[in-house]
Amino acid sequence: MLPLRIVSVKFVIRLQMENPKVKTLDKVVVRFSGDSGDGMQLAGNIFTNVSAGLGNSVSTFPDYPAEIRAPQGSLSGVSGFQVSVGSGVHTPGDACDVLIAMNPAALKQNVKFLKQGGVIIVDIDSFKKEALEKALFSTDDPYKELNISAQIVEVPVTSMTKAALADSGMDNKSILKCRNIFALGLVCWLFDRPLEAALRMLKNKFAKKPAIYEANAKVIQAGYDYGHNIHASVSTYRIESDEARPGTYTDLNGNTATAWGLIMASEKSRRPLFLGSYPITPATDILHELAKRKDLGVKACQMEDEIAGVCSAIGASFAGNLAVTSTSGPGLALKSEGIGLAVIAELPLVIIDVQRGGPSTGLPTKTEQTDLLQALYGRNGESPICVVAPATPTDCFTMAFEAARIAIEHMTPVILLSDAFIGNGSSAWRIPDADEYPEIHPRFVPENLRDSWTPYLRDDETLSRYWAIPGTPGLAHRIGGLEKDANTGAISTDPVNHEKMVLLRREKVARIANDIPALEVAGNPDADTLIIGWGGTYGHLTTATAELNAAGTPVAFAHFRYINPLPANTADIIGRYRRVIVAELNCGQFADFLQARFPNVEIHRINKIQGQPFLVSEIVNGVNNIINK
Amino acid sequence: MENKTYTAADFKNASPVRWCPGCGDHAILNSLHKAMATVGVDPAMTAVISGIGCSSRLPYYMNTYGFHTIHGRAAAIATGFKVANPEMTVWQISGDGDGLAIGGNHFIHAVRRNIDINIILFNNKIYGLTKGQYSPTSDRGFVSKSSPYGTTEDPFVPAELVFGARGNFFARSIDVELQTSQEVLVAAARHRGTSVCEILQNCVIFNNGIHNHITDREYRADRTIHLVHGEKMIFGKEKNKGLVRDGFLLKAVTIGEDGYTIDDVLVHDAHCQSNFLHQQLAMMDGTDLPLAIGVIRDVDAPVYNEEVSRQVDEVRAKKGFDSLRAMILAGETWEVK
Repeated sequence: MLPLRIVSVKFVIRLQMENPKVKTLDKVVVRFSGDSGDGMQLAGNIFTNVSAGLGNSVSTFPDYPAEIRAPQGSLSGVSGFQVSVGSGVHTPGDACDVLIAMNPAALKQNVKFLKQGGVIIVDIDSFKKEALEKALFSTDDPYKELNISAQIVEVPVTSMTKAALADSGMDNKSILKCRNIFALGLVCWLFDRPLEAALRMLKNKFAKKPAIYEANAKVIQAGYDYGHNIHASVSTYRIESDEARPGTYTDLNGNTATAWGLIMASEKSRRPLFLGSYPITPATDILHELAKRKDLGVKACQMEDEIAGVCSAIGASFAGNLAVTSTSGPGLALKSEGIGLAVIAELPLVIIDVQRGGPSTGLPTKTEQTDLLQALYGRNGESPICVVAPATPTDCFTMAFEAARIAIEHMTPVILLSDAFIGNGSSAWRIPDADEYPEIHPRFVPENLRDSWTPYLRDDETLSRYWAIPGTPGLAHRIGGLEKDANTGAISTDPVNHEKMVLLRREKVARIANDIPALEVAGNPDADTLIIGWGGTYGHLTTATAELNAAGTPVAFAHFRYINPLPANTADIIGRYRRVIVAELNCGQFADFLQARFPNVEIHRINKIQGQPFLVSEIVNGVNNIINK
Repeated sequence: MENKTYTAADFKNASPVRWCPGCGDHAILNSLHKAMATVGVDPAMTAVISGIGCSSRLPYYMNTYGFHTIHGRAAAIATGFKVANPEMTVWQISGDGDGLAIGGNHFIHAVRRNIDINIILFNNKIYGLTKGQYSPTSDRGFVSKSSPYGTTEDPFVPAELVFGARGNFFARSIDVELQTSQEVLVAAARHRGTSVCEILQNCVIFNNGIHNHITDREYRADRTIHLVHGEKMIFGKEKNKGLVRDGFLLKAVTIGEDGYTIDDVLVHDAHCQSNFLHQQLAMMDGTDLPLAIGVIRDVDAPVYNEEVSRQVDEVRAKKGFDSLRAMILAGETWEVK
């Protein structure tokens, strides 16, 4: 047994007396918060993976500052990781049941995320005078200052961690780095999570540093035992598991899912995968993952700038690869001219935009859906492009695959609009069997056309041109950014030909609608109110729809993952409802897009532009307000 | 691969060439057709990628794969192309504006990476396609439509930029020196890694005669020196002038005068790892010292696309997976029954 100093028994006993009931919840939300150097993301990730391994559905929301290391203990340096685990989890939760605050600044910044009746766990060792001052508290009673009525469990995390590692021979600084794992151990005990899986993850994480692993293993056990010894009462939480489809599962975040979806598309199209990219938050993890995937033959090149990222991908596409560039909003702006080249050269290209708060540098680590119009229209000339948007972290896999499939089979650039929320968020994902995704058929020049082929000859059905891979004898050809003659492929400034080519390119993109799934309606399809969303807000809108229907307000819900072209049945579905409400994290970009197409439908809007995902309650209230108007 | 031989005609196509009559680009195009025939790579295994500008129209006049892209980006596009399809021989065509102004960043990074492409830099010290503005290689004080009182900035010397980016191949020619142009283009194609060939080119319309002080027949022999690896650095109409060491610098002397003999004249070593002397040779501008043409530097170094491919092969051999699914299953997973 480790020598434990049980300091706050008194507190916990009181807490037990006040709260004797056993709570059974179908889901619980935990928020880890601390200094950006405190390892909150790691602790949160391990807790998530352990829970997912127990069959819970999970949804995570890392909420971290743009500064890598803001001044220690300061308000601007607080990093948070919120996770919801249980059954029927679609969002990381509007607010948390349990808040872990490693210092006064974390408490101050995060107490607003605590649910009524929630519990706060603080590292009481860090609530010293100096730390309180750094967090701009003016008295020595932070709870009173913040007007906290919630239950607070004061745990001496720092001193317990030190005690656990007293004989380790580690220096003080290294010991303090293990505080997050003590907190994790305590949380694992609170929620009945066995430590084996957490230990396995720590072992992987510190595979090359066995001494660090040993220290963390000791500390997580100490945190777990501490919870046991003081009988911390919140352990009465029991979390239900989802009845998931049988199979092999892994925990997957949106950016990794995007990378993997592209690899799947590369396997299904038998085209090598090339990524040209430049680091930018919050998209960089896609570059990281694909750079690792040399073990699957991926070529990922970190280029000198965003423009070189898209241009190298265009070169790779011309050369015959499945070519991709990844970025976030400001980078998409830089890539505009390059994307225009891919539009006129009619080359397959996948452009990933993990949206963040804008304009300009904006809110680099926060989420928004404000790049929709840039994606649709942000180029010179008539420059139609296919735009798709994943709905959840794991849907990034499917939609990245779809983006690549459409690009290759329709010879067009495709923009995938992910966002910081789903890119960084994760959930459990059933690993698909090899045959669950369709073969992708690159449109190579057909044998029977080899002799008469010209670069802008088109497939009748899709209007896509053919892909003549350099190195193929007999198909040497020249393309470029100048307008070309529809028949010969030579440079042409003929006015009629130009208009013809503009219309052909437009019609080619429009016909993609024949090759994508129909829009589906969820919720109560017979309601007279239709909630519409697109992209990463799916989880919140699904939950809000369920809450509204459960509360006796019938609503239907349609979520768009294909934006341009829209699914073929869009007009039919929108026309069925008396009231249409578009909820999105911008000033109404998709609402405007739909309004322009369906002028006879009155479109209501729910908008939020705070760099944060919706709260379910905001959507519920917004819909009720519109209905009751 | 069969050993087929090619002629210049195999690399030409039927498109009418649209450059102005008398433009230096015609001569460079001819030199390139001939150089490609000499190198002997199948036109179907050759790609010519250009940016925007008069010279960048060149891919349309080739019977190879070609891509006329956007302003300044040819080097980035060529880089992606070569990494994706390394069997192809890749040429990049850029002018001084395309390559060194809007595309300056891509140019230096291509050279730094040492991607295996052959860059032909057409240098006419002017923007021709936009009808006569000064370029980043125009001399200080140069009068043009956008600098009616003369420029107030110093130009790039392309060679200096190449050496600054740690380039391993630099050669120079003049549009009218067809033999030299072919020679440097062949050497560029045979060099592994980024090859930069600067070709001084005359724009008859907007900058006619800009290189005349060097290229005029009357004094070309005295104001240029044709460097050949392993040969003495000799020049002049009478072939009686040579370059010798003068402290850390170079000096032009007349052999037989002032006590200089042929033994004092330097021998050109294009393969020397140090670029110290190469840089001095490349910076000679035809005033005090003759402008150097020919292959000035040609040194082996690790090649970007080869290293990318090698790393992929190495990683795959060591811990590669057959499929995405196999890779995922090797990670942290759990079963739901």
